[in-house]
Amino acid sequence: MTDLSIRSHRVAALKAAAKERILILDGSWGVMFQKKKLSEADYRAERFADFDGQMKGNNDILCLTRPDLVAELHDAYFAAGADISETNTFSGTTIAQADYRLGEQDVWDINLEGAKIGRQVADRWNAENPDRPKFIAGSIGPLNVMLSMSSDVNDPGARKVTFDQVYQAYRQQVDALYQGGVDLFLIETITDTLNCKAAIKAILDWRDEGHEELPIWISGTITDRSGRTLSGQTAEAFWNSIKHAKPFAVGFNCALGADLMRPHIAEMARIADTLVAAYPNAGLPNAMGEYDEEPHETGHALHEWAKDGLVNILGGCCGTTPDHIRHVADEVRGVTPRAIPERPKAMRLAGLEPFELA
Amino acid sequence: MRPVFVNIGERTNVTGSAKFKKLVVEGNFSEALSVARQQVEAGAQVIDVNMDEGLLDSEQAMITFLNLMAAEPDIARVPVMIDSSKWEVIEAGLKCVQGKAIVNSISMKEGEAKFIEQAKLCLRYGAAVVVMAFDEVGQADTAARKIEICEKAYRILVDKVGFPPEDIIFDPNIFAVATGIEEHDNYAVDFIEGTREIKKRCPHARISGGVSNVSFSFRGNEPVRRAIHSVFLYHAINAGMDMGIVNAGDLPVYDDIDPVLREAVEDVILNRPQRTNVSNTERLVDMAPGYKGEKGAAQQVNLAWREGTVGERITHALVNGVTEFIEADTEEARLAAERPLHVIEGPLMDGMNVVGDLFGAGKMFLPQVVKSARVMKQAVAWLMPFMEAEKEGQVRKAAGKVLMATVKGDVHDIGKNIVGVVLQCNNYEVVDLGVMVPADRILEEAKKHQVDMIGLSGLITPSLDEMVFVAAEMERQGFDIPLLIGGATTSRTHTAVKIEPAYRRGPTTYVVDASRAVGVVSSLLSETDKDRVVADTRAEYVKVREQYARGQTVKARTSIGEARKRKFAIDWNGYAPPKPAFTGTRVFEPSLAELEAFIDWSPFFASWELIGRYPQILEDDVVGQAATDLYRDARAMLDKVIAEKWFGAKGVIGFWPAQAVEDDVVLFSDETRTVEIARLHTLRQQMDKGAGKANLALSDFVAPVGGPADYVGGFAVTAGHGEDEIVKKFKDAGDDYSAIMASALADRLAEAFAEWLHHKARVELWGYAPEEGFDADRLIAEKYQGIRPAPGYPAQPDHTEKGALFRLLDAEAATGMALTESFAMSPGAAVSGLYFSHPQSHYFGVGKIDFDQVEDYARRKGWDLATTERWLSPILNYDPHARARGEAA
Repeated sequence: MTDLSIRSHRVAALKAAAKERILILDGSWGVMFQKKKLSEADYRAERFADFDGQMKGNNDILCLTRPDLVAELHDAYFAAGADISETNTFSGTTIAQADYRLGEQDVWDINLEGAKIGRQVADRWNAENPDRPKFIAGSIGPLNVMLSMSSDVNDPGARKVTFDQVYQAYRQQVDALYQGGVDLFLIETITDTLNCKAAIKAILDWRDEGHEELPIWISGTITDRSGRTLSGQTAEAFWNSIKHAKPFAVGFNCALGADLMRPHIAEMARIADTLVAAYPNAGLPNAMGEYDEEPHETGHALHEWAKDGLVNILGGCCGTTPDHIRHVADEVRGVTPRAIPERPKAMRLAGLEPFELA
Repeated sequence: MRPVFVNIGERTNVTGSAKFKKLVVEGNFSEALSVARQQVEAGAQVIDVNMDEGLLDSEQAMITFLNLMAAEPDIARVPVMIDSSKWEVIEAGLKCVQGKAIVNSISMKEGEAKFIEQAKLCLRYGAAVVVMAFDEVGQADTAARKIEICEKAYRILVDKVGFPPEDIIFDPNIFAVATGIEEHDNYAVDFIEGTREIKKRCPHARISGGVSNVSFSFRGNEPVRRAIHSVFLYHAINAGMDMGIVNAGDLPVYDDIDPVLREAVEDVILNRPQRTNVSNTERLVDMAPGYKGEKGAAQQVNLAWREGTVGERITHALVNGVTEFIEADTEEARLAAERPLHVIEGPLMDGMNVVGDLFGAGKMFLPQVVKSARVMKQAVAWLMPFMEAEKEGQVRKAAGKVLMATVKGDVHDIGKNIVGVVLQCNNYEVVDLGVMVPADRILEEAKKHQVDMIGLSGLITPSLDEMVFVAAEMERQGFDIPLLIGGATTSRTHTAVKIEPAYRRGPTTYVVDASRAVGVVSSLLSETDKDRVVADTRAEYVKVREQYARGQTVKARTSIGEARKRKFAIDWNGYAPPKPAFTGTRVFEPSLAELEAFIDWSPFFASWELIGRYPQILEDDVVGQAATDLYRDARAMLDKVIAEKWFGAKGVIGFWPAQAVEDDVVLFSDETRTVEIARLHTLRQQMDKGAGKANLALSDFVAPVGGPADYVGGFAVTAGHGEDEIVKKFKDAGDDYSAIMASALADRLAEAFAEWLHHKARVELWGYAPEEGFDADRLIAEKYQGIRPAPGYPAQPDHTEKGALFRLLDAEAATGMALTESFAMSPGAAVSGLYFSHPQSHYFGVGKIDFDQVEDYARRKGWDLATTERWLSPILNYDPHARARGEAA
């Protein structure tokens, strides 16, 4: 008997649901907060009233200062048909939050509270409708510093951080998200595979300490028409480099709209022997930095992917709204999810490009 | 099948390269990086980085170097092998690579617990791992110890750690031989035999090793060391060695090593019984100083092979393609044999088996194999009269009989001929029906000769349909022998989707190139393998069909109306199209010498399955020698072709007043532009290209009616007159090598003719670029104004458009060229196409098109739908049969 108040049951329910249907992830958070036209005071509340510098724009901190808004958004996305909603912790690492001069405890609290808010909203939905369980993914976003790219144009070997520092930052985030109640980890918008590998190691090491095995979803970002990640890898090289995480799902998000992302998702669909997930932007931004793609357009494009058997999980990234997600959910309802292919065993290595010894 | 051997670049290893060590110790990392770059450029597929040097902070040096490498996309492209005997250095390295690296190495030398811990970490960082055959007792020396340790490590990794078996590489230790210590004599054999058994016992695992160790006792004598490495690798790779840290570019080809030296090396490596009263080691040590010094040493003794037994001499001649002594050697063998047939079945086949093995092992390349065949044929020709005298010429038992044909409507056969030669080299009898062979004749001859399988070849797209027809006929007539499909236009997908379903009784297999032919044929004739191979292929093709079906619905098309709105919009306002010097046609017969400078050699190498750009290919580490030899032979023949006028070159060019009308181009009789003499049809891209991108058709490059007065040109050239006779002469003489060479050169000359004529058109006849200089490289890179697309190629995939072009040019009368029923040009060494002059005209691919355009095209061509769909079948974005069924229902 499934009891959705128990995490291991939820994980099992998530895996079962993925077999049956295409799962829906929520959409953008940034755009939605932007629409609220929040003030500096909203971001600070009492707790950070005396902090130096600007806090406006640090959306993650809203987990602590405007939890009501965060809960409202989870709710809106669930109502739109999302099965999975992400915690509002995209930049919830000590490294990313150093820009706002937040300390270790503040960052911990962001993740803990962010996960708790999501948990509460999801639990409420699950109590009302246990047949259609809702899940909370702990968002583990990229850093503003990269392990594979130089931080100094004059010194290609220079790095601002070490692998161990990145690893530590992610490890704290993972632990806090878990304690707050997430059902899975979503390492997303990966611009540098080495950063991602540090996050993977953080999760696996943490698990080795006796923690529950939560699904890992890894979502890279192909930054432009070059078809490569920011750190230079092709889709297949990226997959070869992170496959050891045995991820629950893998795919791409952000940077591209559905039309330009499609070939890379199709490539992933061919090579990955796990679920494939995609959440593109609402097209490319216009000259004003706004996204023009209409909800029905996104819905239509993603329906094509679903129908062609390319994906198991769909959602939206920058510029998408609950309305976009509603269209996506409506369009792919009843479409059979992609079947996971079996690939012959072979040593598959990677630099920036894949290498296979068949 | 050709085993794949991975060369791991070794020069970024401070323990192996004094130069690299010096650079790193001095902190000259930018130079050190260029060492890495050179290795990747030279073809290293993985780069080994080792900083184990007492003078260095190895950990820091590893971090610095890997971080710097990450910033160089042309180096970082390949995976890294992080090489150190210190775990700390390895782990520091793992923290610097975003890709999936190989750790070199871990072992059980400090016990199982440590081994497991390190293996887990490798897995956690996402790396493959090299495991040394080393335990607490010590390094494994004998084959038995190597096998025991590796198998134990394998079980621990797979069963306890959960390590993917395909990510495990064993290094079973290569130790020095010929050290003078008797216990060391078997070390190479131990490695080779150990490798063979480990591969058996540890599925999916790989074998690697540091090759230079084996020759350690010959330090200072590089030529001999290289010979030892080459011989060692030859045997180790055959036993299953997959990769090695080795400077492969420096190694001599196994069969190029002076035979006397090679035999001595082989005796040492394989620890054979000694031949003389001195030991193998002493013999090699005595011999070694004679080979020291320059690489040319082997040449001075290059007739030493004449001192071998007659069998050895025949093998040498076959492997090296030397015809000089073959008749004398064959005669000597015949006199020693009971019957002439025994010479074929004995020494000649032994030699050809060596050739086959070397080819299979990637140690010989196609041109060399075809030369071997020439030697073989000469030897057989020498024996024929004796066999006929004995009335037993027929009893030679071949491994199998294969019928080969280029299908009806197609005239191209270089690839087919190469496959034929390769099969013959492997003792298969080949019944070659030539080109333009109709289905009924193929099947009739197949029955008559009782062949074991049929191989079909084709180069142009209509041949694909003809192959489907042959397959369907085989089904109808109850054949069940294997059907092989090959040729430039064929593909695995087409074979799986169209051909295989038409022929269910027997197996159908796509053969990607000549190097695969023997593997495919032998497995299909093998009693033990056949069922498995057939089942595997069928299963594979089912998957291909599914993939294809999925891909079919993928391609969003835009309607033809919408696509036309998005045509490539040239601004004709104020543009005055250039006017040609004449309208109508003119015939040209340039001398072959004039064409020579226009030859693009890169495709010539490709036709021999040597892939690379000319002239760099001549320096290539792997195929450089083969390419150089081939090129030398080609130049020598080309000199003769030109001097003795082997081929006749004839071409015709024409220009006509022309205006575009939607997707067609109308050609007029004269400047009044009132009388239409022909209408060229073009096809338009229908892919959904997104905002701002044009959906192209060739007609976009011509000014529309109402625009400025424009022109279109056309041409048809051949350099193939006389080719058939020359080729036949060589074939009759048993010299397939020269026959194929002559065909390939005729093709190159025809292409050169097309370049020559296009150049003449631009500079003089159309004259819109009179100042354009002549530079062959620029021509090959297509850096000039205007294009010359050919019907049947991506910009206009409909071959039948050649019909209109030939009519306009009166090409048959003007040049002696003709079109087959599939619109292939005959002679085969021919090129035709249209000329467009607009500076913005460029090559593109039409891609798949939708039914709306097909209907429209049918109307424009005056065809019915079925005819249209047949000619356009390779580019339809839908299944015409499904459409027809839908209509019928």
